[in-house]
Amino acid sequence: MILALRALRTNKIRSILTMLGIIIGVASVILLVSIGTGLQAYVTQQFASLGSNKVFILPGKVDLKRVGGRPTTPVSKFELGDVTDIMRGSVVIKDVTPVVTQAGTITYQGEITRADIFGVWENYFAMGNFSADVGSVITQNDVERTRKVVVLGSKPAKDLFGDAEPVGKTVTIGDIRYQVKGVLVSKGGGGALGGDIDERIVIPFTTALRQFNQSRPFMMLVEASDQDAVVEAASDIRRTLLRRLKIDDFTVLEQKELLSTITQFLSVITIALGGIAAISLLVGGIGIMNIMLVSVTERTREIGLRKAVGATGRDILLQFLIESVIVSLVGGIIGILLGGAGSLALRSFVQTEVTLWSVFLASGFSALIGIVFGVAPAIRAARLDPIEALRYE
Amino acid sequence: MTSDVLRISHISKIYTMDGVEFTAVGDVSLSVKHGEYVAIMGPSGSGKSTLMHIIGCLDRPTAGRVEIVGQDISHASDHVLARIRNTSIGFVFQQFNLLRRTSAIANVELPLVYRGIGGGERRSIAEKILRQVGLGDKLNNFPSQLSGGQQQRVAIARALVTDPQILLADEPTGNLDSKSGTEILELFEGLHKNGRTIILVTHDADVARQARRIVRIADGKIVEDKKVGRP
Ligand SMILES: Nc1ncnc2c1ncn2[C@@H]1O[C@H](COP(=O)(O)OP(=O)(O)OP(=O)(O)O)[C@@H](O)[C@H]1O
Ligand SMILES: [Mg+2]
Repeated sequence: MILALRALRTNKIRSILTMLGIIIGVASVILLVSIGTGLQAYVTQQFASLGSNKVFILPGKVDLKRVGGRPTTPVSKFELGDVTDIMRGSVVIKDVTPVVTQAGTITYQGEITRADIFGVWENYFAMGNFSADVGSVITQNDVERTRKVVVLGSKPAKDLFGDAEPVGKTVTIGDIRYQVKGVLVSKGGGGALGGDIDERIVIPFTTALRQFNQSRPFMMLVEASDQDAVVEAASDIRRTLLRRLKIDDFTVLEQKELLSTITQFLSVITIALGGIAAISLLVGGIGIMNIMLVSVTERTREIGLRKAVGATGRDILLQFLIESVIVSLVGGIIGILLGGAGSLALRSFVQTEVTLWSVFLASGFSALIGIVFGVAPAIRAARLDPIEALRYE
Repeated sequence: MTSDVLRISHISKIYTMDGVEFTAVGDVSLSVKHGEYVAIMGPSGSGKSTLMHIIGCLDRPTAGRVEIVGQDISHASDHVLARIRNTSIGFVFQQFNLLRRTSAIANVELPLVYRGIGGGERRSIAEKILRQVGLGDKLNNFPSQLSGGQQQRVAIARALVTDPQILLADEPTGNLDSKSGTEILELFEGLHKNGRTIILVTHDADVARQARRIVRIADGKIVEDKKVGRP
């Protein structure tokens, strides 16, 4: 042990350069995996904030197994009557809201911003856990009277008003003027309900139909009585809708299903990122082997002498093995610290999460690399014949 | 003859190169008693170093029997040979063979490391031996900061640090000027007076004269073995 440390100290620069390979490898494993798991945690968190007792009813056929390939926007065949039918058709459904949505521009005194405009019933806010930060949300009265009022997500509110008070001001959507009723509490961004609540603006459903010149709900959002009732609720919905529509006219999506598909996709990405980083760790390991082989050759006379004064093959083997394990372990520890620091530094851009398993994996892997790639050179050193070794120039 | 520290009988060492056999040592038998001071002489290439390596358990003979302090090591494992090198034999090389980036005292400590002796004790033993060979003030010098004679004395200290029964020296003065060589020989003389068994290899008749017994070899065979009186 002490011998190994001493040998490393006498070859400082070389040891550090060898370590660098491991440091970079371990740091990138930690960093990339932390980004991947951070992403997963972020998405899960977003969904959790919505509650997992939601069911979406989308027009057309949506194939969840094909993430990424976005189908062309299907034509909705829903009618407002479906909302009441669905409500009546199941005992485990707590609430239903129809939704029309379109992207649009919204202006206020020369400030202009784009946002997803959602037309919903007043119950949408309770279902999604959205509440007003300032002002109030849309009421039943607003919906019934087709009032031109709007509730802003935190981002469009900021874009249009900066730090000024938005409530009571008049904004223009398309060419129709709306009064700002309130601003929603920020949920910190995220992909809930097919978009980020912070980036939405919400208007009464009836007003939205008129605004977009439409007559049908685009989709429906359903709240089951609790999480366990979601499956039953979904099948009740299907049964209800099939009475009037064809199987290809709609898709019933459970929030859980959506979430698991997305997290599954993200974990594949995480593993892929980790794998790529692991390759650099492997390269670092080969670097160790290379340096240790050079070191064995270079120190042939030293090995011969050590044997001449009584070192056994095992002594020599251990010395070289410990040397390479120390290099890779120290490199691994530095890499973990660097990777951890890097992921902290990235926090301001993306959510990252250093997981225990990636730390264990990286440090275990680096120790293993030290042993695996150190063994061949160490065995070679241990097998040297003392006389041959001493004669070596 | 229980006082024999070394007994070799009918040993030979045959090298095969490109299918051609070459006998470096052929059928040599030799016994050395405890406390003897033996010089092995012979022309270059006569097999002196080969013989010394076999005696020092650094090399195995092709045939024959080697006994060190009563133990037959002809069929001993590498592990056992390493232990005998560590405990019973001190070897001094012509080229010193010190570890370059290691201080004098650490070089001397080395055999004790493989004996599992702790750092503090190792240091005090090594320091004592280095003082005996007259290097008490150079403990922390690196080999590059020592003269050739001083380096050889560090090597001798290293050979003696385990208090071995046999001290083997292969041309210990070969790389030294005559003054340093004389100092080394004086050191050996002192060791001999204290009862240490010494076997040394030399070309130099003046060096050989320091010993009490001269063995001459030529072409891998012993051609003369005689006791000499001190002048
Ligand atoms: N590994 C080897 N392979 C083949 N031949 C060898 C080997 N080692 C030694 N020899 C041969 O054995 C013979 C004896 O060599 P050795 O080193 O014992 O001679 P020496 O008496 O010590 O000579 P010197 O006085 O020059 O040191 C030489 O002819 C040498 O070429
Ligand atoms: Mg020789």
